[in-house]
Amino acid sequence: MSAGTGLDERNQGRMSGAQMILEALKDHGVDTIFGYPGGAVLPIYDEIFQQDFVRHILVRHEQGAGHMAEGYARSTGRCGVMLVTSGPGATNAVTALTDAMMDSIPLVCITGQVPTHLIGNDAFQECDTVGITRPCTKHNWLVRRVEDLPRILHEAFYVATTGRPGPVVVDVPKDVQIAMGVYDPPRGTRHKTYQPRIEPEMAGIRQAVALMKAASRPILYTGGGLINAGPAASHLLRELADLTGFPVTSTLMGLGALPASHPQWLGMLGMHGTYEANLAMHGCDLMVCIGARFDDRITGRVDAFSPGSRKIHIDIDPSSINKNVKVDLPIIGDAARAMEDIVRVWSENGPHERSRLKPWWDDIAKWRAKDSLGYKRRPGTIMPQEAIEELYHHTKDRDVYVTTDVGQHQMWAAQFFGFEQPNRWMTSGGLGTMGYGMPAAIGAQIAHPDSLVVCIAGDASIQMNIQELSTAVQYELPVKIFILNNQYMGMVRQWQQLNHGNRHSHSYSEALPDFVKLAEAYGVKGMQVTDPARLSDAILEMIEHKGPVLMDCRVANLTNCFPMIPSGKAHNEILLAAEDDVEAEAVEHALDDAGAALV
Amino acid sequence: MNQPIGIAPALRPEDAQERHTLSVLVDNEPGVLARVIGLFSGRGYNIDSLTVSETEHERGLSRITIVTTGTPMVIDQIKNQLARLVPVHRVADLTADKRDAIERELALVKVRGRGEERLEALRLAQAFEARTIDATLESFVFEVTGGTADIERFVKLMASVGLVEVSRTGIAAITRGGETT
Repeated sequence: MSAGTGLDERNQGRMSGAQMILEALKDHGVDTIFGYPGGAVLPIYDEIFQQDFVRHILVRHEQGAGHMAEGYARSTGRCGVMLVTSGPGATNAVTALTDAMMDSIPLVCITGQVPTHLIGNDAFQECDTVGITRPCTKHNWLVRRVEDLPRILHEAFYVATTGRPGPVVVDVPKDVQIAMGVYDPPRGTRHKTYQPRIEPEMAGIRQAVALMKAASRPILYTGGGLINAGPAASHLLRELADLTGFPVTSTLMGLGALPASHPQWLGMLGMHGTYEANLAMHGCDLMVCIGARFDDRITGRVDAFSPGSRKIHIDIDPSSINKNVKVDLPIIGDAARAMEDIVRVWSENGPHERSRLKPWWDDIAKWRAKDSLGYKRRPGTIMPQEAIEELYHHTKDRDVYVTTDVGQHQMWAAQFFGFEQPNRWMTSGGLGTMGYGMPAAIGAQIAHPDSLVVCIAGDASIQMNIQELSTAVQYELPVKIFILNNQYMGMVRQWQQLNHGNRHSHSYSEALPDFVKLAEAYGVKGMQVTDPARLSDAILEMIEHKGPVLMDCRVANLTNCFPMIPSGKAHNEILLAAEDDVEAEAVEHALDDAGAALV
Repeated sequence: MNQPIGIAPALRPEDAQERHTLSVLVDNEPGVLARVIGLFSGRGYNIDSLTVSETEHERGLSRITIVTTGTPMVIDQIKNQLARLVPVHRVADLTADKRDAIERELALVKVRGRGEERLEALRLAQAFEARTIDATLESFVFEVTGGTADIERFVKLMASVGLVEVSRTGIAAITRGGETT
C-alpha cells in the first residue's frame, strides 16, 4: 500500500496522515525515533524511507524502543519518541509506557491501528490500544479522522513535555495514515483544559523562607522532579544549599542534582540510603521536599516517618501533595521557579545565623562516622561494591552516562557511583523494570555518540532485553554493559533471606549463558573478570575498546545490600551491614509478619 | 525486582469517612467516562453513585456527578487526581465548606399485586408524590424524585407491597443561589 502523493496535492498543502506525522516530528524538533515496523504502520515507514531529517533506530523488541526513548529523553531533557505497530507492537510497549509514567519521563508513542472500519471486529493484530494504555499514560488519543491528526499530534507533544512530564499514546488507524488532509503547524501552547501550574504563589514562598530561617535541624529532600525541571533547577539547588548551609539528600531519581562531591551531600535516602541521610530525615525539624513524592521506598513506615518535623512540599503536580504524607506547607509549581523565588526572598530577608545549624551538623558527622556503606573485601573474590567503586574510579573524570537494570546492582550503583551533574543517571525507579538498562543506555548513546555510556546490569535482568545487543551492533553504539554476575536474582534472594527463611525459591540463576560467547555471537566484545587483582585492568580495557562490550564481572554470590530499612520499619530502624551478613541473626529476623506482607 | 505490589497501610485510621458529592465538568470526548471510572477503580476509591450526561451540546461539555466516600485526605486526592485528567475542565466539591447543594435522583419502581396490596401501593405512592406512569390490572410503574434518603424510604416501603424491579438514575446535584461551579 503506497502513501505517495501527487505533486499537485503537495503544492496545495495537502498530504497524507503518514506525512503529517513526519511533518509534526520535524516541527517539534524530533531528530530520532525508536521503532519497529508492522502492518498497521507501513504507510508511516514508507514516509520514513523517503526523508532524511528524522533518524529511525530499529529495535529488536518494542519494549526496547520505549526504554531507549526514555534513556534518550532522560539524558537530553528532550521528548523521547517511539513508533510501533498495532496489537502486539502496542502491548509490548506497555511496560515502557508504565515505566515512563511512574518516573515522569516525556515520551510520545505513536501506535498503528487497524483501519477504522475494522475497529472492534477482532481484526488481525487489533487490540484496544487506548483502553490498554489509558492507566499507563498521561493521556492518549485514538485519531478517527485525518482532520484531527495535526492538532492531536501537537497536543501530544505539549501534554508529554509540560507540567509533570509523562508518556502519551497517539493511536493512528491505517486508513487515517493514508487519508489526505491539510497539515496545520503547531501554534501557541494553550490547551483548553490542560493548564499546568508553573508559577508558585509568593505567599507560600515567604512562609517557606520564614520556616527555613527558623529551623535548627533542616534538610533538603530532592527528587526526580528537580531533574525534570532542567539544568537550571540543579544549578539553583546548589545555590540554595550554599546559601542556607542545609544538608541535602535525594531519592534514587534525583541523583546528580547536587554534585556528590558537595560537602553538604548526605547521599541517597530511603530503603537502601545512607545512615546519615535516613537519620537526618528522621530527626529533622524542617523537611523541604523538592520534586519528590514521599514514595514508600523513601518513607518506610508512614506513621513513624520523620515524626518531629514540619514539612514543605514543592511539586508541580497537586495530586502528589498529601498523597502519602500530610505536609504543613504545599507549594505548587515548577521546582526551578520555586527555588529561584526562595533564593531571592531568602537574600532579601535579613541575615541567617548559620551557627544555629552547628549542633545539627555535629549529629550528622556522628552518623557519617558509622560509614554505613562500608564493606569488607574478600581475598580472591570481587565484592560487588568494589566493582562499582572501581568502575567509578576509572570513569569519574570522563564524560559518562550510567544506566542500570533493577535489583541489588542498581542500589550499589546508586550508593557507590558519585554523580556530579543531572541527566547522567538513568534508572527505573518507580516501576522497577528489569531489562531497562541496556536499551536506556542505547538511547543515551544515540543522543551522546561521543560520550562513555555504561549500563550496570545484573545477570538476571540483562537477559530481559538481551536482544538489543543487536541494535547496539547495527548502529555501532559503543555501550559498555557491566554485569555484576552473582548468579542470583540478588535482591529477590536477599528478601527471601529476610522474609522467607532463606529458602531461595527460584531466585538462583540456573543455566546462565556464557556471556562472553553470547556477546561474541552478537558481534560484541565479550569479557569476563573473576579476580580482584585483574578488575582494574579489565575495566580499563572495557572503557578503551572502541565498540560495544559485554563484561561478565563475577562477584561474591551472597552479598546483601546494606544499609536497609526493611518494609514497614521506620528510618531509625535501619539495618547496617553485619559482620558476617549471611548468618546474621538480625537479618533473618529483621521483619515481623506485618512487614513481610509489604513490598 | 518483579514483586507484587502491596497495599499501603491505612494512613490515618482515626480520620472519619466522609461522603462527598463531586461535580466534574469534562470535554465530551470518547473515553472520558472510562478515564474517570478507571481512576476510581485503579486507585481504589469508592463510587456510591455516578451520573453522566452531556449538558452543553454546543461547547461539547458533559457533567459527571460522583458521590464518593473517604477520609478527608482521600477526598482531596480524588479531587486532585480528577483535575489531573487532561479532558477535565473543573472539579467542584458540592459537599465541601458546608456548601448547600441540592441533590436529586429519580427512580422508576415497578410493583406487582392484586387486591388490598395493590391499593396500599397506590396510597403510598400518592403520599410520596410519586407519579403513576404505567398501570395494568396487576402492576404499576411509579416515578419518584427526591433525595437519596427519600428514594430509599420509598423503595423500602414498596418492598412489602409487591416491589419487583427498581431503576435509579443516580444523583444529579447543583449548588443553591446564583453562583456556578
